[in-house]
Amino acid sequence: MSHFLSPLFQAGFFTSDAVHTALIIGTTVAVVAGALGVFTVMRGQSFAAEAFGDIGTTGGSGAFLVGVGPLPGFLIFSVLAAGAMELVGIQRGRGRDLATGIVLGAALGLAALFLYLGSTIHNTTGAAVTILFGSIFTVPTSTIPLVAVLAGIVVAILLVIHRPLLLSTISPEIATARGVPVRLLGTTYLLALATTVALCALTIGSILSTALLIGPAAAALRTTRRPGRAVLLSALLGVAAVWLGIVLAYDSYWWSAKHTSWPVSFFVVAIVFGVYLLSGVPAWRERRRTNRTTG
Amino acid sequence: MSGGPAVEPAEVEGSAQDGPIRPDREEVLSVEQVNARLGTRTVLEDVSFEIRAGEFTGLIGSNGAGKTTLFRVILGLTPASRGRVLLAGRARSRRNPLIGYVPQKFLLDPDMPLRARDLVALGIDAHRFGIARPSRWRRERAEEMLAAVDALDFADKRVGLLSGGEQQRVLIAHALIGAPRLLLADEPLANLDLRSADEVVALLAKIAREQQIAVFISAHEINPLLPVMDRVVYLAAGRAVSGPAEEVVRSDVLSRLYGHHVDVLHVHGRVIVIAGAGEDLHGHELRFPHAETDP
Repeated sequence: MSHFLSPLFQAGFFTSDAVHTALIIGTTVAVVAGALGVFTVMRGQSFAAEAFGDIGTTGGSGAFLVGVGPLPGFLIFSVLAAGAMELVGIQRGRGRDLATGIVLGAALGLAALFLYLGSTIHNTTGAAVTILFGSIFTVPTSTIPLVAVLAGIVVAILLVIHRPLLLSTISPEIATARGVPVRLLGTTYLLALATTVALCALTIGSILSTALLIGPAAAALRTTRRPGRAVLLSALLGVAAVWLGIVLAYDSYWWSAKHTSWPVSFFVVAIVFGVYLLSGVPAWRERRRTNRTTG
Repeated sequence: MSGGPAVEPAEVEGSAQDGPIRPDREEVLSVEQVNARLGTRTVLEDVSFEIRAGEFTGLIGSNGAGKTTLFRVILGLTPASRGRVLLAGRARSRRNPLIGYVPQKFLLDPDMPLRARDLVALGIDAHRFGIARPSRWRRERAEEMLAAVDALDFADKRVGLLSGGEQQRVLIAHALIGAPRLLLADEPLANLDLRSADEVVALLAKIAREQQIAVFISAHEINPLLPVMDRVVYLAAGRAVSGPAEEVVRSDVLSRLYGHHVDVLHVHGRVIVIAGAGEDLHGHELRFPHAETDP
């Protein structure tokens, strides 16, 4: 295999520990983000996800300041943000843009302070890029168990609540009338979302985290008419983007004479964006056809 | 309109009087002296009526008369501050499989990955947690319901791309698939053109007759329902009077309900209710919906 694919896979790709770790974590996160992202897009909560990413940045920077890995920081802060959001009810009201914007700005400002203080204490400078834009090749292998546990929790939550969640996404009125605890379900889902955003932040950086969550899901929703298939397709697209991103980033080391690799996050986000644009074509055609027959 | 003894035109005295139309049929819904408040405002006051299997009942009242609140009380979403609601002779439980519900103003995003048949199938058990195994029975049952509402032509289209009338039919199938005894539809004719409205009314009448389901729909306009309605529950300012349309929609009865003089005019088989002059006129929907389609 490596024979005819050798132009794609540069020397050392399959033997590198960093690549192994990146592939394991990237695949796990892409599956979880793809599946959950379908609900995020359907519920129109992409902005909540973005907010968790921003607030997670503060957590990741704080973790750097105290000298631990970023994932616990991302996780704690985005879960706290989910709790606050639920208390304030931000997920419903759209008139809260202003308050949300100011809070998110403050969170990022705090992140800037933490990153500055951290780099003066630890005498390193790469942390800002790692936290904001991700650096999956530098994630230690020891992070894998935590990633697996968090991913398992999100998947378990989805398996349990996906049907009533879908029903309450379609119509909260119908769901309530049928005895679905819509509010509790919304909160549970929001916690799963916060966890997923933290995982995405570890993979492609906190600022870019929503790209992996929303992009594949949005593309899948445009492509298929069935909810189950949308979840499968979204996860598949996410995994494909992450794998291709990792391969290209690894290869990019040899692209220039200076031997500097481009960031994985750039490739992943660029691929996701391309897939999203492509996915618009059939949906656009379908709508045009429908308009023609009904109008 | 078959079966049952001939109806004696009974004198309707006050709001609580309610002559049983078809005493031989089973009582599906019984609302007994219900009061309901929203905050400090009394929205329903001493509302009593009953609905029997196979009957088509219209809940008529202007905007703000308490129609949606009455539905919410029947569904158990708003508590009655006095009185009680019985379903098939028993006190209603939180989630009642005896009721199929079609909410008001249903608008689904065109990007929602949901075919009409998926939405119908969700009516079976989407309120349950955990995984549903796809089965032939589910598919056939959904197919049956789609056929019952004449929706097979667009069964594989995205629900969000269907017209208002088509979505309404799919929602009715979604509500019916759980084999309810009572079908509640909140303003199903709102936002429909005249032809779609007539089609939906005819469909609901057919369902009541053929499946022996009690159909109870709210509307602010009585005329589309007149040809098929067995009973009307007329709401004004939170009080109700019910009975066969010809006994309720009369100047003397409605004047007592409104507490001031009300004119009821019959023009070309249509009924026009003039619920007062000046400000009262603004409070009541006054329209001539089918004037153009009259032969």
